[in-house]
Amino acid sequence: MKAFADLYTRLDATTSSNAKLQAMQDYFATAAPDDAAWAVYFLAGGRPRQVVPTRVLRELTTRLAGLPEWLFEESYQAVGDLAETISLLLPEAEHSSEHGLAWWLQEQLLPLRGLPPEELAVRLPPLWAQLDRQSLMVSLKLLTGAFRVGVSKLLVTRALAAMAGIDAKRVAQRLVGYTDLSHRPSAERYLALIAAESDDEHAQRGGQPYPFFLAHPLQQPTDQFDTVLGPVEDWLVEWKWDGIRAQLVKRDGRLWIWSRGEELVTERFPELHELGNALPDGTVLDGELVVWKQQTDKAFGIQPFALLQQRIGRKTLSAKLLAEVPVVLLAYDLLEWRGADWRSKPQAERRTRLEVLVAELGDERLRLSPEVTGRDWSDLARQREASRELGVEGMMLKRRDSLYGVGRTKDLGLWWKWKVDPFSIDAVLIYAQRGHGRRASLYSDYTFAVWDDASPGERVLVPFAKAYSGLTDEEMRKVDAIIRKTTVEKFGPVRSVTPSLVFELGFEGIALSKRHKSGIAVRFPRMLRWRTDKTVEDADTLATLQGLL
Amino acid sequence: MELVIARPEGLYCPPGDFYIDPWRPVERAVITHAHGDHARTGNQRYLAAAPGEGILRSRLGQDINLQTLAYGERLDHHGVTLSFHPAGHVLGSAQVRLEYEGEVWVASGDYKVEADGTCTPFEPVPCHCFITESTFGLPIYRWQPQAQIFAGIDDWWRANAAAGRASVLFAYSFGKAQRILHGIDESIGPILVHGAVEPLNAVYREGGVRIPQTLYAGDIAKTDPLLRQALIIAPPSAAGSTWLRRFGEYSDAFASGWMLLRGTRRRRGVDRGFVLSDHADWPGLLWAIEQTGAERVMVTHGQVNVLVRHLRELGLDARGFKTEYGDEDEAEPAA
Repeated sequence: MKAFADLYTRLDATTSSNAKLQAMQDYFATAAPDDAAWAVYFLAGGRPRQVVPTRVLRELTTRLAGLPEWLFEESYQAVGDLAETISLLLPEAEHSSEHGLAWWLQEQLLPLRGLPPEELAVRLPPLWAQLDRQSLMVSLKLLTGAFRVGVSKLLVTRALAAMAGIDAKRVAQRLVGYTDLSHRPSAERYLALIAAESDDEHAQRGGQPYPFFLAHPLQQPTDQFDTVLGPVEDWLVEWKWDGIRAQLVKRDGRLWIWSRGEELVTERFPELHELGNALPDGTVLDGELVVWKQQTDKAFGIQPFALLQQRIGRKTLSAKLLAEVPVVLLAYDLLEWRGADWRSKPQAERRTRLEVLVAELGDERLRLSPEVTGRDWSDLARQREASRELGVEGMMLKRRDSLYGVGRTKDLGLWWKWKVDPFSIDAVLIYAQRGHGRRASLYSDYTFAVWDDASPGERVLVPFAKAYSGLTDEEMRKVDAIIRKTTVEKFGPVRSVTPSLVFELGFEGIALSKRHKSGIAVRFPRMLRWRTDKTVEDADTLATLQGLL
Repeated sequence: MELVIARPEGLYCPPGDFYIDPWRPVERAVITHAHGDHARTGNQRYLAAAPGEGILRSRLGQDINLQTLAYGERLDHHGVTLSFHPAGHVLGSAQVRLEYEGEVWVASGDYKVEADGTCTPFEPVPCHCFITESTFGLPIYRWQPQAQIFAGIDDWWRANAAAGRASVLFAYSFGKAQRILHGIDESIGPILVHGAVEPLNAVYREGGVRIPQTLYAGDIAKTDPLLRQALIIAPPSAAGSTWLRRFGEYSDAFASGWMLLRGTRRRRGVDRGFVLSDHADWPGLLWAIEQTGAERVMVTHGQVNVLVRHLRELGLDARGFKTEYGDEDEAEPAA
């Protein structure tokens, strides 16, 4: 455990990719394979479900540290991280455990899941007494399912590839699905990640998807497109769908559906299972899962993302729900065909084959993401203005000669996402809460309101969104100071303030909501800028917000 | 009898008609120590502990009207007996003891309970009412012994020097910087200091504190390989400045009690955070309060509400004093 905690500390202490790479290589060079297997799991973003309820951890800590509950709460508010708070409050122990990460997880921590609080109260203290503060914090993060450290999957891939002396793309391929909860990390699986490359690897992969190729945001003004992108004919243009990116894998007579988060989601989409019978073995499609209901008055049948999100949240999928919220795959790429990896064929060739495949299948649950054509870039820019009406987020530009790359790389091919500008509205900050992580102890999470002019002569501010991103550290510090000075009331970690600050909020989507006081829910709200030039009175109204619906 | 009350100008002693660390100009100011939020310019007369004279004059002006007392020396003023007692915070820092008609109050200013060799260690002074700071007034704040912290700094410096990389350590110019210089292993390499730090080093050396030989960063050519072995002590304000460019690729660190928290450490954006504070940690605050035997406690700057509530639950008569020391509430002051 100590070695892994040291690795965490090294990764956490630096923002340099090279330093992180070095730290991981140093760790993997000496770690036992079973420990390394778990380390890869966590570093690549794997998170087991919470093992011990937070409440039990809090109660146990206050008891062991001899503190009243309110003092724990004050401490937690200052630290902004539960595992860290507990590690700072518990009596400090020497590190006396010789065991590695795998032993701690498999023999000690994971078996705690589901135990009654009384049992946990007996078993946890002797475990904690063997761990120094850093190891304690890391193991608490593992217990609460909150382990996060700033390394990308790509970086983990590079570290493993460098250590094993194999191609990083090969490691990336093997790593796909590694963090899925259905199978545990093991020494065997770790050794398979770093094994020498072999010829029959392709044939043995079962339901493994390919690493997703990701697009880069395009932010240049349209009049520079000719210079930046070249002629419009070189590009395959599609709408950018607001759904769940997914790969549909058909091999060995079976169907697997993987989300972009490399989670296996086959069971969530029963309506797509029949596609498994129709598609030939050795087919992998890349596309977008969307809710689709064709209406006569609209070009596309795509429904708001909120519907899909609600469906994803359901544990059981009733026949009624499936009928009301039907999902289709809008296919836009063909990654494997008749068992052969097509990723190194040009985009245009993959597209042509995909079009034939979709047409031959003739199944309305598998639709082609249509190509958008335009005379030139400004023609496309004009068409793009209809995005919101069409229910899409903008356009995707894919070079016709692009190969299908790995992650956010640019060496094999190039995909751009050309999104429409977000909605924006000027809103008033009315509540603030202290943040977590690097925002700990700063008031950095805000609730925003707009004016409701419904009853004449009585303007009231109604909250409609929470946002915490978009400010620079310096702005955040200034806002924090103003919040402290203008506090009206404290409710636990939340403060209400005398309204004085106006921010331009940006968001991607807007929908009616019964859960919000304002009757409106917005998607991905964030602060675009601090409107120091505006007074509270100048902020937008609920009517303006409703007008965006 | 209230020997100290909070007034808009600062903490005020009614029977003695003087202020302690006033934040607005007054006629008579008793100063606990020379940090900027406690010792301000513009007062007509100053009274302070003798070991702090050099620093006070270098910061407030050589010509201030300053009277000093040795630690423990008594002065009678309007029937109030006043004396200074070591606070262990920085060179010359003192607690102010006030006695009037048998009632004893002690105002501690800022204090630290671990002795560090750069100033006279904290001495608990028995009193009826103790005025305490609360900068680190949460149970999460528990300091490691400073020897461990200095060993950590030494290891970091040694590793950097071995890799041919300068080590830039940010620390407050007055107090923290000298404490680090006093505590580290000077045999590792040359020590360079920022222009804001050196004048204070001189005052400490004059005060008899051992500070290793330091070089002005500006005196060394940019190409000198010595720079790659050096420890550079600079104030936090130097972070991101052009002054730092001369050191090429360097590793940076910050020494402060706030570095205990991962969030503040990450916000600083430095490679390392060393948890070294000139203030008492939670056990230190509680120990100091207990040692005074005081039944009344007035809590100033820091975690006022938290410490007040906790002391009340321990059965003490505790209250908050609103002051302008540090930053009120839980913001991150210069500590």
